[in-house]
Amino acid sequence: MSSTISKVVESAPTPADTPMPSVDQPQSPSPEPIIAVDHLNFYYGAYHALNDINMRIIPREITALIGPSGCGKSTFLRTLNRMNDLIDGARVQGQITLDGEDINHPAVDVVLLRKKVGMVFQKPNPFPMSIFDNIAYGPRIHGTTNAKKLNEIVEETLRGAALWDEVKDNLKKSAFSLSGGQQQRLCIARVLAVRPEVILMDEPCSALDPNSTFRIEQLMEDLRKEYTIVIVTHNMQQAARTSQHTGFFLRGVLNEFGETSNIFTNPVNKETEDYVSGRFG
Amino acid sequence: MSSSIQSSNNSLRLRPRQIQNRQLYSGFILALTLVATIITVGALLFVLGYLLFKGVRSLDLNVITKGPAPMGMNGGGLRNGIIGTMIMLAIASTIGIPVGILGGIYQIEAKGKFVWIVRFFTDVLNGIPSVVIGLFIFIVVVGPTHQFSALAGGLALGILMIPTVMKTTEEILRLVPNALREASLGLGASRWRTMSSVILPAAKNGIITGIMLAVARVAGETAPLLYTAFGNTLFSIKLNKPIDALPLDIFTMATSPYASDNRLALAGAIILIGLIFFLSILTRFTTGRQFVEEK
Repeated sequence: MSSTISKVVESAPTPADTPMPSVDQPQSPSPEPIIAVDHLNFYYGAYHALNDINMRIIPREITALIGPSGCGKSTFLRTLNRMNDLIDGARVQGQITLDGEDINHPAVDVVLLRKKVGMVFQKPNPFPMSIFDNIAYGPRIHGTTNAKKLNEIVEETLRGAALWDEVKDNLKKSAFSLSGGQQQRLCIARVLAVRPEVILMDEPCSALDPNSTFRIEQLMEDLRKEYTIVIVTHNMQQAARTSQHTGFFLRGVLNEFGETSNIFTNPVNKETEDYVSGRFG
Repeated sequence: MSSSIQSSNNSLRLRPRQIQNRQLYSGFILALTLVATIITVGALLFVLGYLLFKGVRSLDLNVITKGPAPMGMNGGGLRNGIIGTMIMLAIASTIGIPVGILGGIYQIEAKGKFVWIVRFFTDVLNGIPSVVIGLFIFIVVVGPTHQFSALAGGLALGILMIPTVMKTTEEILRLVPNALREASLGLGASRWRTMSSVILPAAKNGIITGIMLAVARVAGETAPLLYTAFGNTLFSIKLNKPIDALPLDIFTMATSPYASDNRLALAGAIILIGLIFFLSILTRFTTGRQFVEEK
């Protein structure tokens, strides 16, 4: 099983400007992390959901978070833009910084945080509005009302999300008239419209067919040039295909974190090896 | 119920006797439901039919354009009551709609151990007899002002509207999928912006239905008006003076010794029912679906 995965990893496109260090050579110094997580503990009421998580997210990379169901990876993802604030009884301990700033500080404008750290959800959730209004929603609430500017943003983000050609003829159509894969790309365009620094993706392809999945993975590789992406996925092959770093979560603990090729071909921990080779999951 | 296990043969097919039993049973239950439906619809149709039959000949233009005629004379109308009811419904709406909607939003968005108290008190308010609400306004408004007034009547009706609007708003907001809220918040919208730009528009139809239902309900309330608006035989649109109302008219006309008045009472009943009917149809045609899902 891990030999299959290593085949996938070796054949996956690696960007030319980041040479893959082999295990023997000393690691080249990694750039400043855009998100730094230190000793993160998270509770749902009395339930200790995340235990002492430490992680560095490198900018302009795709970081994948894998692990069996219920291991805390979605919970962790949601701490990065404080979506868990919506849940009664959610408690955060430890530190999460974005560009060096603590995001849980009481004076932090959580609205601004969520503008910088956008999220794409598992099931596409377009607003019951037209395609245009869906994308314009973000810029409008952040102050852009100029019609010309909005038109530009809508076109730019739809192109960026590889959806423009399919919808350009009628942007006033309801978002619900699109297929599942198109709706998800619309949701991605919607997030792009607010110009985030980081895009969090919570199993974005799990509700989609393989073709749509492939297109979105291509899209992610394109987006990586400008944005940092953190993706939670149940699909290990997807993690192996798309990401540069992978974190393996198990029962609320970050069991192992490292370069994707290492996680899949040469993991340090036995649990990691068992999981990626499919012995449990 | 009937023997469902094939005892003698192993095939999938039912024996003729079993088929017949099932059909009889099914037909019996269907008949029962049909009877229940007929009774319900029948009662409504009977009341409507009787009123229409008896009252339709009294419906002419005078009924809406003229005030009361001198005793016993024909040619009078319910204009004062109709206008009075409309004025008081407008006043009631300015209280009932905002308070109801905001209260519904509060119940959805607010967190804490005491939010359930709001719902509880709203339910209690809903159960208080309308005549008692009228008494409250009588003491609090009519007393100090020494004046029956349209305002007092409108206030009483407004209070009666609140629980209905609040309850339907809360229920309809609860039904809006959480995914929409998350999507909006995830884009960096504040909670109020999310509510006003995404959730309320999505729930718009259900909320309007709730408002129409509340208006239809209070349009026919008579008891609280007895000592708040009080009624008026003369035409008045002043908010600080007594005002006539359609249900009050129906009451006085029906209990009057004059046949001409009694006919007017029937006409009034038809108009009142017509108003409620009209509101219901309006709701159905302007909103249709429960959620604004497709344009």
